[in-house]
Amino acid sequence: MTHKFSEIFRKYMIFLIFIVLIIGFSIMSPAFFAVGNAMNIIRQISMMGIVTVGFTFVLIGGGLDLSVGSQIALMDILICCMIIDAGMNPVLAMVIGVVFTTAVGTFNGFIITKTGIPPLIATLAMQTALRGAAFVISNGFPKYGIPDWMKLIGQGNLFGVFPVPGIIMVVVIVFGIMLLNKTYTGRHFYALGSNEEAARLTGINVHFTRILTYALLGLLTGIAGVVMLCRTGSGQPNIATAFEMDVLTAAVLGGVSVNGGKGTIIGAIIGAAIIGVLNNGMSIMGANDYWQQIIKGAVLLAVVVFDSFSRSDKK
Amino acid sequence: MEKKKELVLSVKNICKRYGGIQALDHVSIDFEKRETHALVGENGAGKSTLIKMISGAEVPDSGEMIFDGKSYERMTPQLSKSAGVSTIYQEFNLFPSLTVAENIYMGDELLSDKRKTFYDAGEYVEKAGEVLNRMKVDISPTELIEHMTTAQMQLVEIAKAVAKDAKILIMDEPTAPLSTKETEDLFELIGRLKESGVTIIYISHRMEELYRIADRLTVMRDGKYILTSTPDKITRQELICQMANRKVEEIEFHHTWPTKDVVLEAKNIAGNGLEDISFSLRQGEILGLGGLLGAGRTELARLLFGAEKIESGELWLEGKRITVNSPKQAVKQGIAYVPEDRKIHGAILSLPISWNITMPILKAISGKNGIIRQKEEDAIVEEHRQAFRIKLGSVKDHVSSLSGGNQQKVVLAKWIASNPKVLILDEPTRGVDVGAKQEIYGLIADFAKKGLAIILISSDMDELLNISDRLIVLNEKRIVGRLEKEEFSQDKVLAMASGVL
Repeated sequence: MTHKFSEIFRKYMIFLIFIVLIIGFSIMSPAFFAVGNAMNIIRQISMMGIVTVGFTFVLIGGGLDLSVGSQIALMDILICCMIIDAGMNPVLAMVIGVVFTTAVGTFNGFIITKTGIPPLIATLAMQTALRGAAFVISNGFPKYGIPDWMKLIGQGNLFGVFPVPGIIMVVVIVFGIMLLNKTYTGRHFYALGSNEEAARLTGINVHFTRILTYALLGLLTGIAGVVMLCRTGSGQPNIATAFEMDVLTAAVLGGVSVNGGKGTIIGAIIGAAIIGVLNNGMSIMGANDYWQQIIKGAVLLAVVVFDSFSRSDKK
Repeated sequence: MEKKKELVLSVKNICKRYGGIQALDHVSIDFEKRETHALVGENGAGKSTLIKMISGAEVPDSGEMIFDGKSYERMTPQLSKSAGVSTIYQEFNLFPSLTVAENIYMGDELLSDKRKTFYDAGEYVEKAGEVLNRMKVDISPTELIEHMTTAQMQLVEIAKAVAKDAKILIMDEPTAPLSTKETEDLFELIGRLKESGVTIIYISHRMEELYRIADRLTVMRDGKYILTSTPDKITRQELICQMANRKVEEIEFHHTWPTKDVVLEAKNIAGNGLEDISFSLRQGEILGLGGLLGAGRTELARLLFGAEKIESGELWLEGKRITVNSPKQAVKQGIAYVPEDRKIHGAILSLPISWNITMPILKAISGKNGIIRQKEEDAIVEEHRQAFRIKLGSVKDHVSSLSGGNQQKVVLAKWIASNPKVLILDEPTRGVDVGAKQEIYGLIADFAKKGLAIILISSDMDELLNISDRLIVLNEKRIVGRLEKEEFSQDKVLAMASGVL
């Protein structure tokens, strides 16, 4: 009985933490519990949420990608260059930007699969190089001057209430859940991350599957990059620094295993929401950025330690 | 001349409960000095749990263990070690990138080290060399583990025990990964260890070796102690009967179905170390591959399945020349492979049973948009669960929750679900208990009856000779002999396999 209970508790623990946080902040600060603020939080976590979906694919497939933040920075600079300096059609420029990050993701997957370099190292190299390229191309200065209508994508609201980035995030989440739970491709991700050799000997094309996880992450990173560009209204070479760490934190908080084969999109998104609520709630209460970092780190450690304890208890 | 019996270890009234399962129920057994004491029973009988109590990995709920007259309520790994217990599990505890000497003394560094600042590699090598000499085995103490064969690694595990002057050596299915010759060597070594005063607790599912080396046999069933006997006082049939608590026929495999057209034909295949392999395989036929470990049997299986590359030669399937450059291609053409290591290669233990069963056919039961047709999947899983009589709680449980026999059934089910033309079975009953073994033999017979062409690899000689219709014997990666059913004999196969014939 108790055994059953602890299992259920573990399964929904992360959801409980989420609820408790919301209740806690609401009691401490009336400004927190308001529709406007909820929409704010959704807007704030939308980019993280979009990338977290892709990151979950990669983690479940037994991989890791540290280059997503740099991908966004370089892509935003490139899009600005194409629109402002080359006078390209903005829609085309954005499409090219997304194609670019998808190609980077594919390349990451290709290198990791074909050479066997650990993903940590391969994507760390990519992170460093892309960030450098963003600075070189922009000379280190932000690029302003994208058309105003683009800012709607980042800052607009549907029916004056629901933020457009939030809508994009919801669409991406639905896509992620469908892919992972309902299609054979999603099943192959789990198989790959659980036991690559067994997956191969079952007739799964493990190389293709692995590259696909990285390519999908690249695609979603591109979408998040467009949102980022439209929110800030400029391409900035130093934007989204350490963004991958926030995404990783969200996924791990949400129960996605860094060893591959385990995790759900819903969990990872709740992880992202917890980070969003923590950031927002603490800002409202006047805690500065540095305190927020300490709290985020402590929450991550606490959740993971608790999870590992309850796991070993079970056995 | 009967020596006076000297007890090394007695366990008394040990009980252990895991959740709803009584894993051990008032078990009492005496182990004498200088004996090979075999523990037998089906999977789940409590043998492994008992071993864990003795080695200190788990704590009993009640009962006591008496080592050399000293009574303990519970052991810890340290306590157990100081009482002279060494355990050799099926999965070795070795560090691949370290040398034999370093492995032998790992965690048990020489006393002299404490006086020195730096560790003296030479001294370790010397001491390890002495141990290996005492065991009369030909292994260099400076060899790296990763360069060794399974049999050699096992010897290093034994050397670890000998170096600690173990009084009790527990071996869990030690012969499972060994070839016939290596098994002989191991038995000799066990004999020598016994002479030097070591008690060996031996777990195995292989009947003939129990009768060869055990001084006494203890049968366990459902967590209970059943009986202890010397091998000469109990027949094999009786023993099996006691283990299973029901009548289980030993392998009986008269096959009565006709074999039909040639399905698979290999012409001068080479690759993965193999050379000049030619054979043909008919529908409904079971072709056995004999040979010692490392002779090339698994290598050949992996070649046919596309897991390794065929460098030259031709492969024909149903009259058409095929290429298999990857397992994916092999599966598509109707070749299925049940690998020897079920836990690592056969099933994905951490995923649900249902997912495992439909893994090879997932794409086929999905729509164009990639979405799996859930009802179809459920139906296929249910059909195979029943056909294979897989004992499970829920098909959503992970494969790791199943017993060895049932895990193997899941692997078989997943391949049969893919409706193959050729099924390659690599050690299909390794680590599977007597009852489940029979069920698997029954399943194999059914497959063949239905016209499946089967290639069987087995180190279990009885199994190989009983089930196969024809035999190909390999030695040093080449075919050295072919035997028809009426020519089968253990001696012939062994002679061919060791290159004598």
